[in-house]
Amino acid sequence: MTRTELQSFLTSKVEGLEFGEETTQYLTVTVPREKLRDFMFLLKDTEELAFDYMFSLTAVDWFPKYLGVVYHLESTKYRHILVVHVNTGNREDDISVDTVSDIYPTAHFHEREAYDLMGIVFEGHSDLRRLFLTDDWVGHPLRKDYVDEANMIVK
Amino acid sequence: MTTTDVNTNLKTQEYLINMGPQHPAAHGVLRLILTVDGEIIHKVDPDLGYIHRSIEKMCERDTYKQIVHLTDRLDYLSSHINNEAVCLAVENALGIEVPDRVKYIRTIMAELTRLASHQLWWGVMGMDIGALTAFMYAFRDREMINDIMEETVGARLTMNYNIPGGLMFDIHPGFQKKVKDFIKHFRKALPEYNTLLSDNIIFKKRLQGIGYISKEDAIAYGVSGPSARGSGISCDVRKIHPYSAYDKVEFNEILIEGGDSYDRYMVRMKEMEESMNIIDQLIDNIPEGDFQVKTPALIKLPKGEYYQKVETARGELGVFIISDGKKSPYRFKFRSPGFSNLSILDKISRGHKIADLVAIMSSLDFVIPDIDR
Repeated sequence: MTRTELQSFLTSKVEGLEFGEETTQYLTVTVPREKLRDFMFLLKDTEELAFDYMFSLTAVDWFPKYLGVVYHLESTKYRHILVVHVNTGNREDDISVDTVSDIYPTAHFHEREAYDLMGIVFEGHSDLRRLFLTDDWVGHPLRKDYVDEANMIVK
Repeated sequence: MTTTDVNTNLKTQEYLINMGPQHPAAHGVLRLILTVDGEIIHKVDPDLGYIHRSIEKMCERDTYKQIVHLTDRLDYLSSHINNEAVCLAVENALGIEVPDRVKYIRTIMAELTRLASHQLWWGVMGMDIGALTAFMYAFRDREMINDIMEETVGARLTMNYNIPGGLMFDIHPGFQKKVKDFIKHFRKALPEYNTLLSDNIIFKKRLQGIGYISKEDAIAYGVSGPSARGSGISCDVRKIHPYSAYDKVEFNEILIEGGDSYDRYMVRMKEMEESMNIIDQLIDNIPEGDFQVKTPALIKLPKGEYYQKVETARGELGVFIISDGKKSPYRFKFRSPGFSNLSILDKISRGHKIADLVAIMSSLDFVIPDIDR
């Protein structure tokens, strides 16, 4: 599907989607947090979309408002690409997002990384432990307000 | 003692074995916590972070030109291609079109890097299985590539040859001749590789039927590069989203349907031939022209998101930049091929023996700094 076809197809299927500007490299869509899993199932299982390959999962700190997750999806059949954004609630105390690791198994590791370094809690993840850092580490280093006076050079 | 006397109620139990972080077969500091019953693996739990350097966090502090130099330290065997990924992302974001000369040289360098990486992998794979001779052959030939690199770039491993806007400096006058000499030599050496290892019955038996990845699993787990092409998945970024001069050359994407360790091995062996074909097509046709275009001393990307995929020797490397218009990126993410390839290790190792795990890890071709970042 072309970009415009993709956009109108998704608009007709799901309500509440926010599409990014037309100048972005790939079609970008922000999904309400509570609709994430349904949306991912739709992307993967719909015949015309067939987004079966999640090639990247990125956690972002939209300081000072909320944390976010960016999913990059591609269809190995049609070769179209979609970027899905989802945001958590308040960055202080409402930082959970539903897991997609059962829909896309590659997300299993990526979500553990995102939890470790950004502190996003993936609800329903089967094994949400720290991946890189030790279990007793305090804080999440990729956050914008993370402070480590001994090991960080701040310019 | 008759068979009836044997106590059939012998209890076996699972226990944990620590493999690494200093294990010769991991080629780096990767720790695997194995749950085994006797010698049969029930679960593999990778514990990462022993060489985590927070490169993504450092990128948020540095300028775009500085970031290029950090990427050498991701997958140090594909350092040129890593540099290229960041440069392409920045160039595309700024709308810079680099001269054809740059594209050609970048592509030749990338293929030389891929050859060197596959040579090292081949030698080390033999060593992991127990055939030490292969290592000597591979390093003999890899040395020639390192010499070519050293002459033009000044470095043998961490090259830093790409900069946003082109190349650091022009190629050495003797570059083309040396590359052609190397290709001539390696065309003769590669069949030796095959007689030495690929057709060896012991080697084959260690790999065939070991670590099977199905097509569906490979896509679902985000496996890319030769490891996925060994399962018959077309995923070569050079073909699907061509960059640099890959749209100007003809080459085959090597696909083997089998999905076991030996198929992944064969994909890389055949890829080396294709890399030589690509270099052959380009080396005599490098256009005249500038080797870089002028870029601002301090690059600031327009506000927005940029993604660039490239094909390293290990698979698909993605560079994802979120810019807020300042001199440093707001968020810089590396989608490293090794990280996603590692995630399938647990699934495909279950039921195999510990010695097979070594073969599987070799066939997936891990470079640990690429996984840890």
